[in-house]
Amino acid sequence: MKILVGIKRVVDYNVRVRVLPDGSGVDLDGVKMSVNPFDEIALEEALRIREAGKAEEVVVVSIGGDPVQQQLRTGLAMGADRAIQIKTDADLQPLGAAQAFLKIIEREEPGLVLLGKQAIDDDNSQTGQMLAALWGRPQATFASEVVLDGQSATVVREVDTGLETIEVDLPAVVTVDLRLNEPRFVKLPDIMKAKRKPLDVVPLDELGVDTASNVEVTGFSPPEQRGKGIMVEDASQLVQELKNRGLL
Amino acid sequence: MAEREIMEYDVIVVGAGPAGLSCAIRLKQLKPELMVAVIEKSSEIGAHILSGAVIEPEPLDRLVPDWRDDPPPICVPVERDEIWLLSEKKRYRLPTPPQQKNHGNIIVSLGAMCAWLANRAEALEVDIFPGYAAADIRFREDGSVGGVIIGDMGVGRDGQPKDSYVEGIEIHAPVTILGEGVRGHLSKQLIERFDLGRDADPQTYGIGMKELWRVQPGKSIPGLVQHTTGWPLDKNIYGGSFIYHLDKDRIALGFVCGLDYADPNFMPFEAFQQFKHHPMVRDLLEGGEILSSGARAISEGGYQSLPKTEMPGALLVGDSAGTLNVPKIKGTHQAMKAGMLAAEHIVETGAAEGFDAKLRDSEVVRELHKVRNIRPAFYKGFWRGFVRAAIETVTAGKLPTTLNIHADDTALRKLDEFTPPDRNWVERDLPPRDRLASVYFAATAHDEDQPIHLQILEPDVCTTRCVVEYGNPCTRFCPANVYEMVEDEAGESLQINAANCVHCKTCDIKDPYQIINWVTPEGGSGPNYQNM
Repeated sequence: MKILVGIKRVVDYNVRVRVLPDGSGVDLDGVKMSVNPFDEIALEEALRIREAGKAEEVVVVSIGGDPVQQQLRTGLAMGADRAIQIKTDADLQPLGAAQAFLKIIEREEPGLVLLGKQAIDDDNSQTGQMLAALWGRPQATFASEVVLDGQSATVVREVDTGLETIEVDLPAVVTVDLRLNEPRFVKLPDIMKAKRKPLDVVPLDELGVDTASNVEVTGFSPPEQRGKGIMVEDASQLVQELKNRGLL
Repeated sequence: MAEREIMEYDVIVVGAGPAGLSCAIRLKQLKPELMVAVIEKSSEIGAHILSGAVIEPEPLDRLVPDWRDDPPPICVPVERDEIWLLSEKKRYRLPTPPQQKNHGNIIVSLGAMCAWLANRAEALEVDIFPGYAAADIRFREDGSVGGVIIGDMGVGRDGQPKDSYVEGIEIHAPVTILGEGVRGHLSKQLIERFDLGRDADPQTYGIGMKELWRVQPGKSIPGLVQHTTGWPLDKNIYGGSFIYHLDKDRIALGFVCGLDYADPNFMPFEAFQQFKHHPMVRDLLEGGEILSSGARAISEGGYQSLPKTEMPGALLVGDSAGTLNVPKIKGTHQAMKAGMLAAEHIVETGAAEGFDAKLRDSEVVRELHKVRNIRPAFYKGFWRGFVRAAIETVTAGKLPTTLNIHADDTALRKLDEFTPPDRNWVERDLPPRDRLASVYFAATAHDEDQPIHLQILEPDVCTTRCVVEYGNPCTRFCPANVYEMVEDEAGESLQINAANCVHCKTCDIKDPYQIINWVTPEGGSGPNYQNM
């Protein structure tokens, strides 16, 4: 079986994200970029499935300009067998990403598609669901446990009320949650090996999908700044201050 | 335990700063078939680099002749120099000494420039490994340096391997280049082991703190380079500030204090924040936004403190050796030149031996010799230092005397031996409020579940002697609030918030008992500086 893993290049989770002064977007100047942490968990799971002998090949796929090759190489260094870059400079919305990804699925015919439950940049949590629908295959989202059993997978999902266990027929789309596993450290010699692994570049234009977005971004703004605090002497002053502000 | 996995290179460079990257690039330019690796503990190249930085472009011209066609990401030509002497409320213009004339120089973000240099190096097929810490030296049987051992990853706080444990590999090479920057933890061990400092004075340091701001449109005058001295420091503390006006309404400002200060209660971070509240600076920053912050020690000993820069199997380059030119307030050009010279030496001889003599005969050390008496002249206070510096400058260092450099850890006075001066420090309102808030802008990150990388060799000293004698100055000189004295039922003890550490090395330097040993944490830990 072949597993396809989607990885997205995002602003690293340690970075303080800042809105550009003109509100046209997020400041990416000199900002550290990384593999979306949930996608890293998806890749880790794929590697573990392969190491358990239940899959033969793990392929990482990313959409974007040449900088995404950096993240694809990270995926290869972690242990993926090969990588595919869907090359575009356009900033795709989830539907466009799902449409493009579907074309790769049609070529590769994977038995399982693993994605992060959401990307930490736009936090949409839509691509996996849309992809499953377009593909006409089952989906299991927010997975915290994945067990493959021949033609089906048993997936424990993190839902609002607790955990839900479902069984899906394969091929299927599984999006993964934080507790599924802890991604491995990359061993230094594997970085060198990753440089020799195949990385195919597929121009988005050649996939024949219309990824034009029907979402228009009108502006970005940072959350409102918290006001300055004051020190109160005692409880009665606290009550008074709260009353003055109409909070009591 | 099984033998560690081994990778072999011709040259291994520790540290992707200006010295290490210049060395790696030059090696490949001269001899493309050499296998060269660069190991860097920060998660990305440039993320642990902190510098002003106004740099002299001459070494860049030599290393990357076409750099002007594709310049570093932040690159603003210097248009004008100003030096100011500050009092609490006023400022007085001083003449610009010749060393500080910056015509032809450029203001860069050294972090961004290192990332840019790393791309150039990779294009020459240098293997660069960010996120991996060279934790130990690998010694050959004959005692010479034979490479480095990469730190293990996935070790718990208790020292036991976690599920994610990955053993670090050994990298073997005939020559190892130490370009760790100031007070590198491997360089420190090697200087001791090979007694490299025996013919030199002790090294003396400063702590540099820096912030990057976006100010209100129009306030930044791109290319303006301002330096100040005086307030908020008293005349017995060597130091001053820089304010570099960048493009896109950005200002890089910073503050440097000599770490040979005597006052056990002095807090360098507070001095920096006070400086920002001088009317001259405050006007600039008010209404702006802080983007990034950090701190790093600086070597100030120069010529007298320069250790022997070679040992069997290894070389020290850049500030691992201490080649910064203090009166110029610049080290990048020196580091790059030392790195290139090391590369030329290795290509010529294939070994470390003979490098030290070449370095001492080069323009790098000649430049240090010329200005050797300026920093120690300030031991007698600001004004006497000022006069001596002027004399040394006029005579271009040709006077026959050489002043000695003293160590920093022994400069601190005990609480009962020191009466602090009245500093006239003001109430502050510009961010960051305190050191914790500042660390937030350094984006520093360490997995909490790893061994504490700040080793206290004799913990009893903190709670018995130091608390009485110096009042635990580590709680004040650390710019990241790593050290805290906490009280519980068992009494007072030192708490180490290792996750806050910005890898500046001040504690390792300034601790009066020399019982703080900074070792590298898990690779990829530490600050994530952006455009610093």
